[in-house]
Amino acid sequence: MARNISYQQAIGEALAQEMERDETVILMGEDVAGGAGSPGEDDAWGGVLGVTKGLYGKFGDRVMDTPITESAFIGAAVGAATSGLRPVAELMFIDFMGVCFDQMFNQAAKFRYMFGGNAETPVVIRTMYGAGFRAAAQHSQCLYPVFTHIPGLKVVTPSTPYDAKGLLIQSIRDNDPVIFCEHKALYTLEGDVPEEAYAIPFGEANVTREGDDVTIVTLGRMLHVAHEAADALAKEKISCEVVDLRTTSPMDTDTIIESVENTGRLVVLDESHPRCSIATDVSAIVAQEAFGALKAPIRMVTAPHVPVPFAENLEDLYIPDAGQVQQAVRTVMGKD
Amino acid sequence: MPLSKDELLKAYRMMKTIREFEERLHVEFATGEIPGFVHLYAGEEASATGFCMHLDDRDKIASNHRGHGHSIGKGCDVDAMMAEIYGRGNGLCGGKGGSMHIADLSKGMMGANGIVGGGSPLACGAALAAKQLGTGGVAISFFGDGASNQGTSMESLNLASVWNLPCIFVVENNGYAEATSSKYSVACDDAADRASAFNMPGVVVDGHDFFAVYEAAGEAVKRAREGKGPTLIECKLNRYYGHFEGDAQTYRGKDEVKNLRATIDCLDRFRAKVTSADLLSEAELDVIDGEVAALIDGSVEKAKAAPMPAPAELLTDVYISY
Repeated sequence: MARNISYQQAIGEALAQEMERDETVILMGEDVAGGAGSPGEDDAWGGVLGVTKGLYGKFGDRVMDTPITESAFIGAAVGAATSGLRPVAELMFIDFMGVCFDQMFNQAAKFRYMFGGNAETPVVIRTMYGAGFRAAAQHSQCLYPVFTHIPGLKVVTPSTPYDAKGLLIQSIRDNDPVIFCEHKALYTLEGDVPEEAYAIPFGEANVTREGDDVTIVTLGRMLHVAHEAADALAKEKISCEVVDLRTTSPMDTDTIIESVENTGRLVVLDESHPRCSIATDVSAIVAQEAFGALKAPIRMVTAPHVPVPFAENLEDLYIPDAGQVQQAVRTVMGKD
Repeated sequence: MPLSKDELLKAYRMMKTIREFEERLHVEFATGEIPGFVHLYAGEEASATGFCMHLDDRDKIASNHRGHGHSIGKGCDVDAMMAEIYGRGNGLCGGKGGSMHIADLSKGMMGANGIVGGGSPLACGAALAAKQLGTGGVAISFFGDGASNQGTSMESLNLASVWNLPCIFVVENNGYAEATSSKYSVACDDAADRASAFNMPGVVVDGHDFFAVYEAAGEAVKRAREGKGPTLIECKLNRYYGHFEGDAQTYRGKDEVKNLRATIDCLDRFRAKVTSADLLSEAELDVIDGEVAALIDGSVEKAKAAPMPAPAELLTDVYISY
């Protein structure tokens, strides 16, 4: 039975259902309960945005507040994952990977290969990314391309409540380390989500809108910007197909190529920076595998190659918008 | 608890196996046949052995770049380790890890580690798993004086104390972080002094004395198994070779290693103690020496003869397909 719930509730529900199903699933992170050792409520916060609110009450010491010590607790989650638990660790902001990256990319990502296949590391690192909250340069980045670069990590970027639940359940059941990236502007987005548990396989992009003239490949929050642009372009008789990657590692290149072979034109929309990003990656794959199908040069719509600014007007300029996407589509259509 | 005769024999065999393994690697590395970076543990055997003698299948260890001794102590197969160091397809990690990444999770050996300070958070995780799953297991992180200064070490001590984890932190202070003296790089007198800041016992032990290490380790393991939390133990010891093989060690004093070998060698001290107390005979120890020499000879011979990994192995063992 599907109900209308938020992205935030969908994530909380996925966690609760997996914790019910499998008692080796534990949560840890800064203030995931909120209130450990303090005189007030034990479950005061449920994470800074309330995503894990209520889980401490249900699962007790399987929901563990940590000191602000990302290297130690992300590493502990990784170590516990090799020792029989399935930890879900919350790295509050993706920007904080700067203080604990070693545990993710030198440890978790490498074990299976480095140990000759004799290791499984079923850890999920949930982390919040993206601009739009006036949170400035150290709390707003889209760093999923950095994780996507590292073999051994799986990288997930859900764009809707339905995908958030299904992809998180898959992440928890997966036996590889998964970086689960939640866009902070999506937590309040509502959508139909089945009550029962379900898993969405990794590496299956979602064609969220069919069209004939241009393929827009995108992910995360930008999916909604792509749809806004596609709606506007439909009034100009330009038909856009929108492909939501859902996961950047593994990446569903087949669906991208198939779509571009049908439309002959590609616009890639990515909130991350333009260098070594998902936009450049998708562009390179299409240039290599489907060059003959292209009727026009590929266009990338990304944030500029600058840190995320604080001032409202500057941050609004920073984030790719539907107008830029429409312009890029007109360009590849030869209508600019 | 005094050690039984079998335990004494086991401890001597463990120390001697580590020593022979490392001495032989030193010789073989010089021939140019062994690729990559190799960091030898010779001189420090009493530490790995003193701790690992207390461990069983429930327990896990996280090691570091100088990890051969810990691997042998935790029961990794010596032939498979040697093959791994030669980068052979039948190595413990299929030739994909090498000396710095020897691991056997089935034995509770969570891995040597190429990142200084990388292991302690992982050991916290293993200890957390033991606690949550109620296995009764403990986790030990072995790290050096260099890693003792890393933020991950301090964070792990704090986390283990906050969560009351069955975790033991062992600083093997061999006096040098690469070429820099611990007298220069460690701000406190003893790295173990830091324990008090994290509300856990801090113990300094003579790392050349197997019996002293064994006793301190036993108390820490007992404390951890009883749910009383973590311990920090600093073993003061020395390495007989450089930071890595090929290190000319110009930072060390003249005859420093020669004097160490002559005066404080852990195997010599063990032998002197057990024979003078009539616990073991010279002949019994000599038999072990012979068996260990044959074991290491065989492991080198087999490693040299073993095939390289198949080229197709380049692309396997990354991502689990489903």
